[in-house]
Amino acid sequence: MTAETLLKVEGVETFYGNIRALAGVDVEVKKGEIVSLIGANGAGKSTLMMTICGSPQARTGKVIFEGQDITHMPTHEIARLRIAQSPEGRRIFPRMTVYENLQMGASLDNQKFFNEDVEKMFTLFPRLKERQFQRGGTLSGGEQQMLAIARALMARPKLLMLDEPSLGLAPLVSKQIFAAIKLLNEQQGLTVFLVEQNAFAALKLSHRAYVLVNGSITMSGSGSELLANPEVRAAYLEGGAH
Amino acid sequence: MATVTNPSTASTGSLTAKALREATFTAVMTFLMFVLFVGLKTDQNMRNELILVPRWGLLAIFVIIAFVGRFAMVAWLQPWRTARKAAKDAAPAQTTDAGFVKRNFSKLAILALVLYPPIILSLFGAQGSLKYIDNFGIQILIYVMLAWGLNIVVGLAGLLDLGYVAFYAVGAYSYALLSINFGFSFWILLPLAGILSAFWGIILGFPVLRLKGDYLAIVTLAFGEIIRLVLINWQDVTQGTFGISGIPKITLFGIPFDASPHGFAKIFNLPMSSAYYKVFLFYLILLLCLLTAFVTIRLRRLPIGRAWEALREDEIACRSLGINTVTTKLTAFAIGAMFGGFAGSFFAARQGFVSPESFVFLESAVILSIVVLGGMGSLTGIAIAAIAMVGGTELLREMDFLKHIFGPDFTPELYRMLIFGLAMITMMLVRPRGFVGSREPTAFLFERKNVSGSFTKEGHG
Repeated sequence: MTAETLLKVEGVETFYGNIRALAGVDVEVKKGEIVSLIGANGAGKSTLMMTICGSPQARTGKVIFEGQDITHMPTHEIARLRIAQSPEGRRIFPRMTVYENLQMGASLDNQKFFNEDVEKMFTLFPRLKERQFQRGGTLSGGEQQMLAIARALMARPKLLMLDEPSLGLAPLVSKQIFAAIKLLNEQQGLTVFLVEQNAFAALKLSHRAYVLVNGSITMSGSGSELLANPEVRAAYLEGGAH
Repeated sequence: MATVTNPSTASTGSLTAKALREATFTAVMTFLMFVLFVGLKTDQNMRNELILVPRWGLLAIFVIIAFVGRFAMVAWLQPWRTARKAAKDAAPAQTTDAGFVKRNFSKLAILALVLYPPIILSLFGAQGSLKYIDNFGIQILIYVMLAWGLNIVVGLAGLLDLGYVAFYAVGAYSYALLSINFGFSFWILLPLAGILSAFWGIILGFPVLRLKGDYLAIVTLAFGEIIRLVLINWQDVTQGTFGISGIPKITLFGIPFDASPHGFAKIFNLPMSSAYYKVFLFYLILLLCLLTAFVTIRLRRLPIGRAWEALREDEIACRSLGINTVTTKLTAFAIGAMFGGFAGSFFAARQGFVSPESFVFLESAVILSIVVLGGMGSLTGIAIAAIAMVGGTELLREMDFLKHIFGPDFTPELYRMLIFGLAMITMMLVRPRGFVGSREPTAFLFERKNVSGSFTKEGHG
């Protein structure tokens, strides 16, 4: 692929107090790609994702989105550049209805495309249509994840960042979620940056992937390359065939 | 149904035995607990010696109450409640349409409030109606307005504010000081007091932007106390604990309510009476209340109102959706404070006197309990709670017949806090989400559906 670069992370170091969580990470996401970031617990996957979103901010290094330096921007302004985030743990609004949750996602455009987009989401996730009057908190885990993704998509993002969409979901449900991501990418050319523990599913889905170990990128390559890589297989795939 | 009630009817004998057993146990526990507190009293005799006065009769009353209460609860109340619950579960879910009264509740309530003064006037005459319009009507409506204002901060934005009375104080003192020193009229000072309070709301908002829950509660509590202490100690301006008296009354667009030739009574050729002023105040506070309700309802449908509710639910999600949480929080504080300021300036004008006494922490607590009791975010529930709490206090003052029972020294309003506490505990047990626990969604595609009370915010925070 020779598409233009959408997001570029250059030598980013992030600290929690004095503890260095990211030690100079370089990541690049091109337009129209699905890029995933895999790694063990505590490797810094979510930290990298949060750093891109500006909370916490990187101490050194740069985050560049469409040529614009967003390293020190506040989170909500980064979101307004249409980097949609579905944070870890889904974080839907539990006491608002499904419909209201979607509405919150559309606040950027002042509801201009709201009806049109809601219909799209209901086609993508028919379950949400059935549940539109229900409170977010009463949905099942999978439905909540669908809602989280749909809510992020309501902002018409240029880049969709998903943190562990398969977390705590039944294999069949996470399969549905990944299928939806793939569909969005193929049909609408949506760029997706995916953080995932489920390495097998993520690698199968992605065009390219990065492996994060103790705050540094140790490997990168196309999804199929990494799938075939013996080190990756030993560390993340064997012993848990998904 | 038959199967449901069966256990209680078949085993009546064992139930009575069980009730007797438990009641006896309770009676013994009560005896042990109260024998030293109630059964014996220390007193002084003629020679100034400490003696023990036994009060066995009183102790016996306590023990009997406990015994009878426990027996009734086990033998009758509990089987009745389980039977009712089972019957409720067994019955098919009813989907009856809401009745006429329920559908038009707010319209009917407003109509009733508008008609309230003339009805009271015709029933009790100009002098007799003062109590009902002033003590019940105006007093309750002030609290309704305060609670609706606080509802924006606590109920919608989810920011627990224990110092709300500070904004009430700012509004009241703004009106008192500016009207006395500069002679501005109420109609200029009402918006000005609101703006000043909103400004203080923002001042409070800035340092607490990062705080949540308990920490926020402590800082807001401190803020309320700071304002009160400033009012007490800045004697040059506020005259300290003496308060400010002689605050000008409100005029009806320039027509004063007094005996002068330009007064209201003379102009409209009516007999002189203070009732007109009270009726006027009643309508004024009613109007202010309706303004608060209207603004709240409108704001909930606007992006800012939705952002408040989203902020209450999840701050991180808000930020990742592009909502500026800083301005969202500050506007919640500012608008909530503004209504507190409106209410405060009305309060000052109505009393004609303000002192720091009126703005103690207890007031904040009462306003907050009204919001919690009514159901966070529900305007109707809060109004009902305000009527119950404030009206209940006023009713206690009226209960002179209690003096015949408990003796002439008995002042029922002193038991107000005790009754408050009991009412709160009962409410939290019976209806943990407040009187009106349902939250009406602000967005809907085809039809409006109320969300069941079991999913709305519980009375925490």
